[in-house]
Amino acid sequence: MTILQPGPLSTVQDLGREGCQSMGFSVSGAMDARALRIGNLLLGNPEGAAAIEMTMAGMTVEFTSDAVIALTGADMRPTLNGAPMPRCTAVYVHGGDTLAMGAAASGCRGYLCVAGGIDVPVVMGSRSTNLKCGLGGFEGRKLASGDWVPYAAALRNTAGRCYAPDEYPDTVTLRAVPGPQDDAFTEKGLADFFGETYTVTPSSDRMGARLEGPAVGTRGKPDIISDGIAAGSVQIPASGKPIVLMADRQTTGGYAKIATVLSCDLWRLAQARPGTKIRFERVTLAAAQKLRARAEKEYRRLAQGKGWSHL
Amino acid sequence: MMDDIRFLPCGDQALAVEFGNAIDPGINARVCGLARLLAETPVPGIRETVPTFRSLLICYDPGVLPYKKLIRTLKPLLARAGAASTGTRRVVELPVCYGGRYGEDLPDVAAHAGLSEDEVVRRHAGTEYLIYMLGFLPGFAYLGGLDPAIAVPRLSSPRTRIPAGSVGIGGEQTGVYPLDSPGGWRLIGTTPVKPYDPGREEPILYRAGDYIRFVPVEEREFLDIRAQVEAGEYRVTVREGGAV
Repeated sequence: MTILQPGPLSTVQDLGREGCQSMGFSVSGAMDARALRIGNLLLGNPEGAAAIEMTMAGMTVEFTSDAVIALTGADMRPTLNGAPMPRCTAVYVHGGDTLAMGAAASGCRGYLCVAGGIDVPVVMGSRSTNLKCGLGGFEGRKLASGDWVPYAAALRNTAGRCYAPDEYPDTVTLRAVPGPQDDAFTEKGLADFFGETYTVTPSSDRMGARLEGPAVGTRGKPDIISDGIAAGSVQIPASGKPIVLMADRQTTGGYAKIATVLSCDLWRLAQARPGTKIRFERVTLAAAQKLRARAEKEYRRLAQGKGWSHL
Repeated sequence: MMDDIRFLPCGDQALAVEFGNAIDPGINARVCGLARLLAETPVPGIRETVPTFRSLLICYDPGVLPYKKLIRTLKPLLARAGAASTGTRRVVELPVCYGGRYGEDLPDVAAHAGLSEDEVVRRHAGTEYLIYMLGFLPGFAYLGGLDPAIAVPRLSSPRTRIPAGSVGIGGEQTGVYPLDSPGGWRLIGTTPVKPYDPGREEPILYRAGDYIRFVPVEEREFLDIRAQVEAGEYRVTVREGGAV
């Protein structure tokens, strides 16, 4: 496909670059892994095939060969040759067709998945774009007008398959497991964090969601000896304002982390626009792993061809 | 030794195994030892590990390896983690051209330390630095072992762009910038070697638990090595041997 208009930040992403954090490489990957996985499964792709993540507004592209595509994630009001195109649906497009999208009407991040997957070189095990290092994805950078982005040959034609799009409410509850450094915070700090309401700020990005709200109180200095950072970890810097670390997070850091958002909830934050209200709900690790297992079951069913609707 | 180990869950897919609460070579050796054991004998369900100063972050798939099973798997390894690190010492030698336009803050560092520039270089190059961990940038090594006599405060106003290969001192730390980046360390030299090269088979030259030694070179040798690096013909010297 040829990019006619790239939108503010469109990058090639898969499920991330695993196995390189010990060398200092961020994981990268789709912010809303759920939307990427469902988009790929709609098309009969492996769920981790590479797609294009668009941020706050979509692209305009011209397909240079026939393809089956699916748009998941944020509602960017897509049109195909000027006519509204359904989201979360496998759609057959012809060479010469133009797909246009605008600003996100709900959610933040849209995914253009193509049957066969976006075919950029695998760099250190992944096709994800690492913008800081300028590696992976499409020449290590965000897409620009005139780029020609190849997709691999599709294995199947699933056109007509559809699924209910996710919804992105104005208030989001994120379940989180306390730790790894919950003991660095006061009782009141923990009670505030799990009781008060926070707001997503515009300075949030692929690295992390920066939240506004009551400062979380620490027992002493909030600094720790730098350690590794899991996806969804909530670090509390000196300001006391939580930062939830996301796909492009640094691999290590020296701020205490009060809790870690569940892997199966992180997509909700990826789609939370500035101004969205966030509440954190404390869950035990055992409960978290049960919730994750339940979420994984849905993907497994879809991969087996069960649970789909059809146009 | 087992009593001071803490298991700190980091959500549903990661666990930090913490061996202590200090920046200490003995603690770090156990972190790197456990990482090595898990690399040598992969455990199904463990996706990757991230060694840091005093803890190992283990990323895992709870669908394959639930938390309780992970802990059961790790426990017998923990006792061996210390022993696993007492292998041979791997020292990566990085040639460095010190001072002049290759290290413009060397005079400041010398003045701050009350030493001659030559003495600062002698002390900086006279140590094998332990790589506690990599982080911050790809290939950025957090090193231990800087001679306290040449520790020097960071710049009050960081530079907006420090070229890759710059060798600096910031506080009690020293290290190499693997990428062009902003930074506040005082620059004392430059290495022609690329600690991070995305085109190389092993993009990062070293890993946590290795050692770095800086080897002073004159400008002519620096330029010669740089030409070899650019041509893809340079091999860094790695010395193995000697107990850790």
